[in-house]
Amino acid sequence: MAKTIEEINEKIKTGKVFVLNAEEIIEYAEEKGIKKAAKDIDVVTTATFGPMCSTGAFINFGHSDPPIKMTKVWLNDVPAYAGIAAVDVYIGAAELSETEGIRYGGAHVIEDLISGKPVKLKATGYGTDCYPNREIETYITIDTINQAYLFNPRNAYQNYAVATNSSNRTIYTYMGKLLPNCGNATYCSAGQLSPLLNDPYYRTIGIGTRIFLGGSQGYVSWHGSQHNPGKERLANGTPCGPAGTLAVIGDLKQMTPEYLRACTFHNYGVSMFMGIGIPIPVIDQEMVEFLKVKDEDICTEIIDYSVQRRNKPSYGKINYKQLRSGKIKINGKYVQTGSISSYSKALEIANVLKKEIKNGKFFLTAAVNPLPAEEKYNSLEILSKEEL
Amino acid sequence: MIKRKLVLSFPEKIVTKPITYKLVKEFNLEFNILRAEITPDMEGKMLIELRGDKNQIDQAIKYLSRTGVPVQEAEKDIIIDRNQCVDCGVCTSICITQALSLDTKNSKLKFNKDKCILCELCLDCCPVSAIKVHI
Repeated sequence: MAKTIEEINEKIKTGKVFVLNAEEIIEYAEEKGIKKAAKDIDVVTTATFGPMCSTGAFINFGHSDPPIKMTKVWLNDVPAYAGIAAVDVYIGAAELSETEGIRYGGAHVIEDLISGKPVKLKATGYGTDCYPNREIETYITIDTINQAYLFNPRNAYQNYAVATNSSNRTIYTYMGKLLPNCGNATYCSAGQLSPLLNDPYYRTIGIGTRIFLGGSQGYVSWHGSQHNPGKERLANGTPCGPAGTLAVIGDLKQMTPEYLRACTFHNYGVSMFMGIGIPIPVIDQEMVEFLKVKDEDICTEIIDYSVQRRNKPSYGKINYKQLRSGKIKINGKYVQTGSISSYSKALEIANVLKKEIKNGKFFLTAAVNPLPAEEKYNSLEILSKEEL
Repeated sequence: MIKRKLVLSFPEKIVTKPITYKLVKEFNLEFNILRAEITPDMEGKMLIELRGDKNQIDQAIKYLSRTGVPVQEAEKDIIIDRNQCVDCGVCTSICITQALSLDTKNSKLKFNKDKCILCELCLDCCPVSAIKVHI
């Protein structure tokens, strides 16, 4: 029998809801069977905590006196995009400081703001009759500004590749430091805990889904950029590499540095660890089939990042149980693995979300619209106008 | 023959003395300076790998202490800042001796000091700068 979101929310209200995290359901479904699991379990919490560069925040500063139409803006010397209304900006996580370089960036500004630290605001404008001021310098905190909301164009990637380096020098990538001669391999997914790997065909996660976002309650606002649902999939529905993505939105003022952390990849750049948790309603037995997915049933591809081209050679597929064991075989040689996404933090988030649902503090939403099941994935070709 | 990695601290007043030279001359030790830092108004620190007879190394350490150069075991000086660490585990892929590993029980980062050879490959791999070397 199918369960509705309304029925589940009623159970949350009365405190009768049964919630498991995406790790716990594996054993539960194995022991009790699919049918009973579907009947018993109301919600399964999934989560991920990994660096997601496509992160940033819209901020409205309020107006100065005399007012200024900000055309160039810096927050702690990190440029913010000001090509919108007079005192609105977008600060991107990956933007670098003009004075500190890659040691400090937009992600650090966001972390400083949510930590309550003062941030230096510098803005210049060309001066108009209504906005005569041409330059201001002041300090702001999260409490002195108006709206501040995170709007991330691409988060929570449904699977990702494994990175290794076959060249004879160490390379520094967004997948971390890669030692020469396939000296190590890094991966970036919470595997069996990851939201979109537990709902591989986006049956419940869609536009409007309420989520745990950086310690607050946020929403899925759209399908993310580079959303690529057409990726090759296993029989269990999980894609064998980067596929679906989410655009998410939430109130920065409610977020905490515990679940939103700035980071720097040496010789690469700045990014932001995003903590995202998504509750999946157990609407029917088919949902249990998806939710019981475990690390060994999810695979991805080992990619050689030393090849500086769009298409990089592959060393074949590997599953997450092997990756999480700390050692895999590439070309017959044992290679140590490490994750860029934190499994223990993801589990922590899944458990926080579970607790919030149990305590009646987090209610589920039905998607307003599903995520696209098909989407063309384009590459950028360098062409003249005539060749287009 | 044994090998030991030590951190030597040089107080300001003796930084000009040729102390490491004595390690070769008087104690017949081979040494490799892995890292050194001496500033004029502060004490200097040196990370050194000593190779030689166990007895001679012990004698050399006594000599250093006597001369006013405190000696510390080097592996004590790799620091994991637990407040910064997010337990991603990317450093475990870099750590050749597996001194850094993820606990199979709770997936949190473990640091086994005994296994650390201070190669320092991990230092620039931590995205949240939680791995530091004190020198």
